[in-house]
Amino acid sequence: MAASGTKKVTFEVWRGDATGGALRPYETEVSEGMVVLDALHRIQEEHAPDLAVRWNCKAGKCGSCSAEVNGNPRLTCMSRLSDIPLDKPVRVEPMRAFPLIRDLVTDVSWNYEVKKKIKPLKPRAPDAPDGTWRMDQRDVDRVMEFRKCIECFLCQDVCHVLREHQYHDRFVGPRHLVYAAALEMHPLDTEDRRDDLREEHGIGYCNITKCCTDVCPENITITDNAIIPLKERVVDNSYDPLVGLVRLVLGSKKERRERGQD
Amino acid sequence: MADHQTHEFDVLVIGAGGAGLRAAVEAAAAGARVGVVCKSLLGKAHTVMAEGGVAAALSNVDERDSWRVHFADTMRGGQYLNNWRMAEIHAQEAPDRVRELEAWGALFDRTPDGRILQRNFGGHAYPRLAHVGDRTGLEMIRTLQDHGIHTGMDVHMEVTVTRLLKDGDRVVGAFAYDREKGRFRVFKAGAVILATGGVGRAYKINSNSWEYTGDGHTLAYDAGAELQDMEFLQFHPTGMVWPPSVRGILVTEGVRGEGGVLRNSEGRRFLFDSIPDAYKDQTADSEEEGWSYCQGDKAARRPPELLTRDHVARMILKEVAEGRGSPHGGVFLDIAWIKERIPNGEEHIKRKLPGMHHQFKELADLDITQEPMEVGPTTHYMMGGIRVDADSQMSTVPGLFAAGECGTGLHGANRLGGNSLSDLLVFGQRAGQFAAEFAKKNGLGRVSEDDVKRSGQAALAPFEGGGPGQTENAFQIQAALQDMMQEKVGIIRSPELIKEALEEIAELRHRADAVVVEGNREYNPGWHTALDLHNLLTVSEGIARAALAREESRGAHTRQDFTEKDPEWGGVNLIMVKGKDGAMQVRREPTTPLRPDLKAIIEEIG
Repeated sequence: MAASGTKKVTFEVWRGDATGGALRPYETEVSEGMVVLDALHRIQEEHAPDLAVRWNCKAGKCGSCSAEVNGNPRLTCMSRLSDIPLDKPVRVEPMRAFPLIRDLVTDVSWNYEVKKKIKPLKPRAPDAPDGTWRMDQRDVDRVMEFRKCIECFLCQDVCHVLREHQYHDRFVGPRHLVYAAALEMHPLDTEDRRDDLREEHGIGYCNITKCCTDVCPENITITDNAIIPLKERVVDNSYDPLVGLVRLVLGSKKERRERGQD
Repeated sequence: MADHQTHEFDVLVIGAGGAGLRAAVEAAAAGARVGVVCKSLLGKAHTVMAEGGVAAALSNVDERDSWRVHFADTMRGGQYLNNWRMAEIHAQEAPDRVRELEAWGALFDRTPDGRILQRNFGGHAYPRLAHVGDRTGLEMIRTLQDHGIHTGMDVHMEVTVTRLLKDGDRVVGAFAYDREKGRFRVFKAGAVILATGGVGRAYKINSNSWEYTGDGHTLAYDAGAELQDMEFLQFHPTGMVWPPSVRGILVTEGVRGEGGVLRNSEGRRFLFDSIPDAYKDQTADSEEEGWSYCQGDKAARRPPELLTRDHVARMILKEVAEGRGSPHGGVFLDIAWIKERIPNGEEHIKRKLPGMHHQFKELADLDITQEPMEVGPTTHYMMGGIRVDADSQMSTVPGLFAAGECGTGLHGANRLGGNSLSDLLVFGQRAGQFAAEFAKKNGLGRVSEDDVKRSGQAALAPFEGGGPGQTENAFQIQAALQDMMQEKVGIIRSPELIKEALEEIAELRHRADAVVVEGNREYNPGWHTALDLHNLLTVSEGIARAALAREESRGAHTRQDFTEKDPEWGGVNLIMVKGKDGAMQVRREPTTPLRPDLKAIIEEIG
C-alpha cells in the first residue's frame, strides 16, 4: 500500500461480443472505499473508453450493474474491493444466463417479456366509500420483502434451470416467482395464478437449491419465503378433489385453452 | 447516413422515471398510441432512488392538514417564486394521485386503523409523506412499471434521444440512437413529452444516477423552448461523505423525520443557533420539544433539523468552514441516540430506515443503530427547467410537453422534500392527458429528411473529431466539468468565480468538439458520454448565467456578495432562450401576481 493509501491492482475484464472474446488485463490504482464499479470506471477513463458497462445509480438501488466478480454474481457497485483479495487479478465477467451484447453488458430483455405474461394485480373492491382500502401493517409487511426486489436478475443468472439448461422458454425464473408471490400474497389481490404457475411459468422446475437466495443483494429469502409457499399453493390447488375431477374430465386449463374451449 | 428505423406514435414520452411512466399511463388511457423511450432499462430510472416519501395532504395522521396548508408550505419553501397555479394544482391533486397508485398495487406503510401512514419532513407543517420504509421511490416506479406494461405502451429501452424534430414551430418527433448497436431511430409523434429528470451529473459530488445529464433541458432549449429558474439547484444537506468513492450518495431526510439529529464536532446541535425568522414560530426551542414533535405530539413544534434543505445545507457548510466539522469534512447525523428514548430502538431504526442501514453497512462499514453517520451537502435536484403552462404542461413550443424534474414552476427557489414524487405524479398525469389531446387534435406533422440527415451527422461527429495528436476522451472532459462546477458554481457563489466558470465552459466546449471516440457504435460508453457532453455543458452554462444574473440570496441560490433577499428580485423569474445567433440569452420576467383567494390562504396560514 503506497503512502497515499492507494495501490495498483490488476483487473481481468471480459472483452468481446456474441462472436467471441477474452479476458483482458487492466491495471489501475485503487483507494479506500472503492467498489468494483469504480475500478471499471477508472479503466474506462484511463485505458478503454469503449468498455461496455451497464450502470445507473451506483448505490445498490437500481440493479443495473450485475456481473460476475471472481465468478460470483454480484452488483459491481456494492462489491467493495476491501472484501476481495487484491494480490491476484480481480476477474470481472458478464452474467451467463443471458445473451451477450458486448463486454459486461448482456441482453436481459427476456425478463421484461416474461413479466408481461404474469397476470397483474386484480384488487378487491374498495373498503371505504371514498374508494380507499384498509390494510393491516402486518399484511403489508408480509409482501414487503418481495417488493424490495431491484430486478438485478442475479437470481436468474445463478439459477441452473436458466444458466445450465437454458429453459427460458418454459421457466420464468426466481425473479418472476418472487413477483408472482408478491401478487399472490398482496393484501388486495383477488386473482388466481396457480394454474399459470404450474403450467406456463414452470414452477415445478425449481428444485429448491437456494442458489438464488444466496446471491440476492436485497437479502430476499427467495426460496423459503416466495417459491416454497407458491409451490404449496399450486399443489393444494392440484390436489383439490373437485378441481382434479374437472381436470380429469375436461383436461387442464391450458389444454382447454389450446382447444379453444376456454 | 439516413439509415434508420422509423416509429410512429400519437404521444412519445422521453424518459421512463415516475413522471414519464405516469404520463404514458395517462396518454394510453386516453386512447393514444404511446411510445416510451428510455436511456436505461425499464424501472431503473432515478426515481428508484427516492427514499423518504410522497407528499400529499391526505390528512390521515393529522386532521389539521389540507391542500391549503400544503399549498402554503410549498410557496413558503419556494420563497414565493413558485408558479402559484402549479402549487395549487399540485396540492389539490396529489392525494388522488397517491390513492390511485394504491389501486395499481403500491403498498404504503399503514396507520393503526389501516390507512396510509404519513411521516414528517422538512418544511411540511404536518406529517404528510406517504412512504414505505425508506424505499418509496422504488415502490412507486415498480407500481407504475408493472401497471404500465399492461396498457399497451411500446417501450424502447436503452435508446437515447439526441434531437427533437420540428415541423415549423411545432415539435413532431425525435431523433435517437440505440445503445446496443448504435442504430438510428426516428420517432414521429403528434406530441412529445420530456420527462428526463435533472442535471446533477454536471457536479462532482452529487446524488444522481448517470442519466442525469440535462438531456430534456437541452433538447427543449435547442428546439427553441424557454428554460426558467436555472439558478435554483438544490443541494441536499445530507449526502455521504466517506469513503470518497461513495461521496454524495443520498442519506434520506427521513432519518431526521424519524428523530435523527445533526451535531458538530463539539456535540452541539448547531441548527438551534440559527433559525430563520420565517420559521421561528414553527420551530422547537428545545431538544425536548423537537423530540416530542417526532413522536407525534401535535402541540410540539418541529426540530430545526427539519428546516428547509437550503438552510440546513448552508449551516452544515458553515460548521465545516469554521472548523467544527467531522473528520472527513461533514457533520454528524445521529439516529442511534433515539435508543435512549424508545424501547427496541435498534429494531425500530432498522424497520423505519432499512435502506440506510444497509447502505452504510455495505458501503461504509458503519452500523447506524450504533454510531452517527458523517454527512455533507450533495447536488440533488434541479428546481429550474423547461417553462410550462401550469395546467397543460405544454412548453413554449407547441407539441412539446414537460413533466417532473425537467419541467419547472412548482418548487420556486427551493423544493420541499417529498414534493418531487408528488410533482411527477400530478404533472405526469396532466402532461399525458394534454399531450394525448394535442395529438388527437393536430395529428402527425411532417418530419424533414434533411433534419434527420443532419441529426445523424451530428451524432457521428465524435467518431470523426479531433485534430492530429488529439487524445482526450469524453470521460476526462466530463470530470473536468464536474470539478469546475463543484468549485465555481456551488452552494456559495461569487461573481468572479461564476465568470471564470463561463470562460471554462466555453473552453470545455472546444475540447468536447475535438473528442475522439475509440471503437465502434456498438454499446460504446465513450461515444455515449461524448454525446451527453453537449447537454451537460448547456445546462452548466444555464446555471452559471442565471446565478450571475440574480443579485440576491434566495432559497437554493446563495451569493457571497448579496447575502440577503431582495424584494425586487422576489418578483422576478429568469428566463433563458437560445438566440438566433446560437448564444444563450437571459431575460427577467416579472412573476404573475397571486390570485386573491390564494393570497388569502398564505396570509392566513403564514
